[in-house]
Amino acid sequence: MQSIDLATQSLRDLNATLQAQKNQTNATEWEVLNPRGAHAIAVGLDAPIEVTVRGSTGYYCAGMNKQAQVHVTGSAGPGVAENMMSGTVIIDGDASQYAGATGHGGLLVIRGNAASRCGISMKGIDIVVQGNIGHMSAFMGQAGNLVVCGDAGDALGDSLYEARIFVRGTVKSLGADCVEKEMRPEHLEILRDLLARAGVDAQPEEFRRYGSARKLYNFDIDNAAAY
Amino acid sequence: MCGIVGLFLKDKSLEPRLGALLSEMLVTMTDRGPDSAGIAIYGDTTPGMAKLTVQSDQADADFPALADDLSQALGVAVSLRRKSSHAVLTLPLGNVEAARAALAELRPRLRVMSDGEAIEIYKEVGLPKDVAQRFELAQMRGTHGIGHTRMATESAVTTQGAHPFSTGSDQCLVHNGSLSNHNNWRRRLKREGIRIDSMNDTEVGAAYLTWKMQNGASLGEALEGALDDLDGFFTFVVGTRDGFGVVRDPIACKPAVMAETDQYVAFGSEYRALVNLPGIETARIWEPEPATVYFWSH
Repeated sequence: MQSIDLATQSLRDLNATLQAQKNQTNATEWEVLNPRGAHAIAVGLDAPIEVTVRGSTGYYCAGMNKQAQVHVTGSAGPGVAENMMSGTVIIDGDASQYAGATGHGGLLVIRGNAASRCGISMKGIDIVVQGNIGHMSAFMGQAGNLVVCGDAGDALGDSLYEARIFVRGTVKSLGADCVEKEMRPEHLEILRDLLARAGVDAQPEEFRRYGSARKLYNFDIDNAAAY
Repeated sequence: MCGIVGLFLKDKSLEPRLGALLSEMLVTMTDRGPDSAGIAIYGDTTPGMAKLTVQSDQADADFPALADDLSQALGVAVSLRRKSSHAVLTLPLGNVEAARAALAELRPRLRVMSDGEAIEIYKEVGLPKDVAQRFELAQMRGTHGIGHTRMATESAVTTQGAHPFSTGSDQCLVHNGSLSNHNNWRRRLKREGIRIDSMNDTEVGAAYLTWKMQNGASLGEALEGALDDLDGFFTFVVGTRDGFGVVRDPIACKPAVMAETDQYVAFGSEYRALVNLPGIETARIWEPEPATVYFWSH
């Protein structure tokens, strides 16, 4: 395993080194020591490497990730895995606001809680949160799945497009145009697969599904109050 | 942006290190607020005595004879301890309002930063590390303190616009965010007789809390009131003589991280600010919930 210690090496060196790894690299395992809440750790990666960050990170950890697996053993600051394209990001602790925002693909697993705006404007990313999520999560979510094993805060799925939301616990309130939907066999399959890939011990049947009522797609004067 | 740090000590053995811990936290938040910095520190008290922290842009002219002049004007003993552009005047309790009035006559250029039995406020324009050095913050001791690094939005980059703001005895407030209805509240609070010195939005927030508490609210109730009455973005950290409180607006887009151990409760705009605190590896770390009042007191 290659090790980069942020107590002695710069963040730029860390990211330049990780970004320089190619698909055929032999150095597939990396660890980052002493992150101490630094911003933008392991961003813009594009190779099938495994990076373990030992500690807690600041803003935008693992942003724009492609292919790589980034594992943070502590908690993550705002915007973790923002705009992820593919690969896997795992946070052992909590994640701050807008985790996985605008993500196009890949899997984000948060073992603790996620704060507000989790999965805001998600475009294909799968997010599995073992704890609770804060308000305005999946706001304007377009595609992908948000799985919440705990409870969801206010205005879940406000102005939702086609992202799917699965919640095991309670939902404090649903946002505009977000409704509970029936759980069909194909949804249980999607959920079973996501829970297995995230390593979460939960039964798909314990969850409820939420999605868009599709009433805000086109302008309708009767909905003026909801826009 | 703006950065906030706060440290409320439960363990008395850390009190001599309060300034050192807080300065380090403050400097870490430099890139959230490089234009000014300030600190409110709740330090030593002397029974029966009040402290008035004053600031002057021309301290060499204003400070040397100030204690004598004020003592003569008030007819009580006054002592002065200078720190760069600031000085702490110590005088018997009950003379604070008279001292404020006398100072306006004796040294019209002076600005009163705070008054109270424990609080001292130091703030200036400049990089946090320079401000910390200038006031020797690392040497200060105390029970709790709050620091702020400012990136100005709502008013000019001046000493007066820097945080913390104090509008009541032993009270202070720092703020990350911006209030949008502060002009209305400034007019209203001034009519209610609350002292507001600047055009800054945060000072109105501080004045609002002072007004609420003058009308019988506890700090917790005053903070609950702020959630209803103040419009805009805010993460507030407030200090009182023996307490420390935190509240975020319901949208909560301004960041906040807290840590608690048997020794302290700490606040940082980011986790980075907390990493050098003793025992942080095993501290309980969490984000304060939106629209929820948190308060600790001795």
